[in-house]
Amino acid sequence: MDASLYGFRRVKNALAQVLAVLAAIFGLFWLVWIVWTTFSNGLASLNLALFTQMTPPPGEEGGLLNAFFGSAVMSLLGILIGAPVGVLAGTFLAEYSRKSWIGETVRFVNDILLSAPSIVLGLFVYTLVVAQMGHFSALAGAIALAFIVLPVVVRTTDEMLQLVPVQMREAALSLGVPQWKVTVQVLYRSSLPGIVTGILLALARISGETAPLLFTALNNQYWTTDITAPMANVPVVIFQYAMSPYESWHTLAWAGAFILTLFVLLVSLAARALVSRNRITHD
Amino acid sequence: MNATALPLADARNSRDALADRGFRWLVTGAGGLVLLVLGAAALSMLWGGREAFAKFGIGFLWSNTWDPVGQQFGALVPIYGTVVTALIAMVIAVPVSFGIAMFLTEIAPKWMRGTVGAAIELLAGIPSIIYGMWGLFVLVPVLAEHVYPWVDAHLGQWPLVGRFFAGPPLGLGMGTAGLVLAIMVIPFIASVMREVFLTVPGRLKESAYALGSTKWEVVWDVVLPYTRSAVIGGIFLGLGRALGETMAVTFVLGNAHELTASLLMPGNSIAATIANEFAEADSAMYRSSLIALGFVLFLVTFVVLAAARLMLRQLSRREGN
Repeated sequence: MDASLYGFRRVKNALAQVLAVLAAIFGLFWLVWIVWTTFSNGLASLNLALFTQMTPPPGEEGGLLNAFFGSAVMSLLGILIGAPVGVLAGTFLAEYSRKSWIGETVRFVNDILLSAPSIVLGLFVYTLVVAQMGHFSALAGAIALAFIVLPVVVRTTDEMLQLVPVQMREAALSLGVPQWKVTVQVLYRSSLPGIVTGILLALARISGETAPLLFTALNNQYWTTDITAPMANVPVVIFQYAMSPYESWHTLAWAGAFILTLFVLLVSLAARALVSRNRITHD
Repeated sequence: MNATALPLADARNSRDALADRGFRWLVTGAGGLVLLVLGAAALSMLWGGREAFAKFGIGFLWSNTWDPVGQQFGALVPIYGTVVTALIAMVIAVPVSFGIAMFLTEIAPKWMRGTVGAAIELLAGIPSIIYGMWGLFVLVPVLAEHVYPWVDAHLGQWPLVGRFFAGPPLGLGMGTAGLVLAIMVIPFIASVMREVFLTVPGRLKESAYALGSTKWEVVWDVVLPYTRSAVIGGIFLGLGRALGETMAVTFVLGNAHELTASLLMPGNSIAATIANEFAEADSAMYRSSLIALGFVLFLVTFVVLAAARLMLRQLSRREGN
């Protein structure tokens, strides 16, 4: 009887382990396939014109210069708007509202914001900015991206500041340094790598966001530096070109997808390298 | 001691006090802004969708007409598509993610755990539009040529469940969208589960091993009960993501406003409808209906995500004790 029970347990264990290994292979299989497709198609469609020419009309050759520029401008603006507010709100959570109900509420809401569907934030900015201004604009796109940056930076700043040993605060305060100076000159300095990591993670996240830009920045076939006008950007261009029936547009879409993926992976790797000890979750 | 130092110190003290108060207001304002964003997002969509809600009332939720020409809109088809694709994704993703997490915490050799875990986390960050594009250009042709004809010919003939699997092998459709969503949320759920499994105290697992438990028994009877609420929280986070995902499904769903049981037929989801039609919405009522759809999506994901966060928090509270 014992022997059969042991046998049964052993079989069950072996089965579970085989299934777990298969699950890991199954999961990695798709991811490797996707990355491989993106890289092989992308590398095949890389050329110099990509970085020197504008997005072409249907069926013609061209590049993605205006889209790259637009994405860079909007991501940068999004970070410039979202990150400072995020750092301050994270400071509020870690330094000014420990164990208070208001802090807990803000943290909870921030966590929800962190995983809220980006399309919803796009619609929000549409009614907030686009509908008021009366037209699509790069500025609206940047604001939508800032709302995605905000919760990521709040979360990492909060976590990083909480890792700073309490003795550091006590030492500075006992020297008579006012609290804001302690925060800015002692705490920020010691958690700077962590905060920068948060900003990099946010950058990785917004650079591929498509849905919120569809209703805010829209797209623009031409070069523009006017942030109150619609502006081209890589994700929306990829979306439009991939959905189109033109082969030359598909090629451009793959090239854009390749550069986008490469950029996101590099930025995430940089963020990882910066803080390899203090692990951060970005869910 | 030094008489001249006093007024100077006083001036500095009051300056510091002022700066301190100012800084406190600044950070409190930033904290309040986080609350404001979520509230304002909900209200603005309610406001933007007011015309649709006023005209169609609560029946908006279960009417299946979507007629931009006749100005009649109902949310049933997109809601159905959203729920079905998300469910397919979860049915595939949850067991696979659990297997991956078990593999990465108990089975894999030590040198492999960190690397594979990091790789999966890195891949979880790939923009969803890449998944959608891959789905459209790579997965759809494969499914249309090799998989769906077989599904239609075999599963499609079964009694009762047959109607879920019968249909023309277009490649686009609810099943494809569910599969792409699953592939997208697997790395996400798996990395949450792995992280949660790593919080189980080593001595608990070692005690179980010392009593002669197998690896499966340790995972199922020790690790899982200890982390149950957080595991469910992680699954809900993945569900929230699957419900609100736009780009990955828009490419492969087929954009058809028809209610169909078959997973092989094209359908629509809330996010895909908004993404596809918003720029073309030419009337106020059309646009308002799309924003109203967004509001419905917001409510659903809010509930799912709030539940997820509450359950994830239970584990961290226990850890703190």
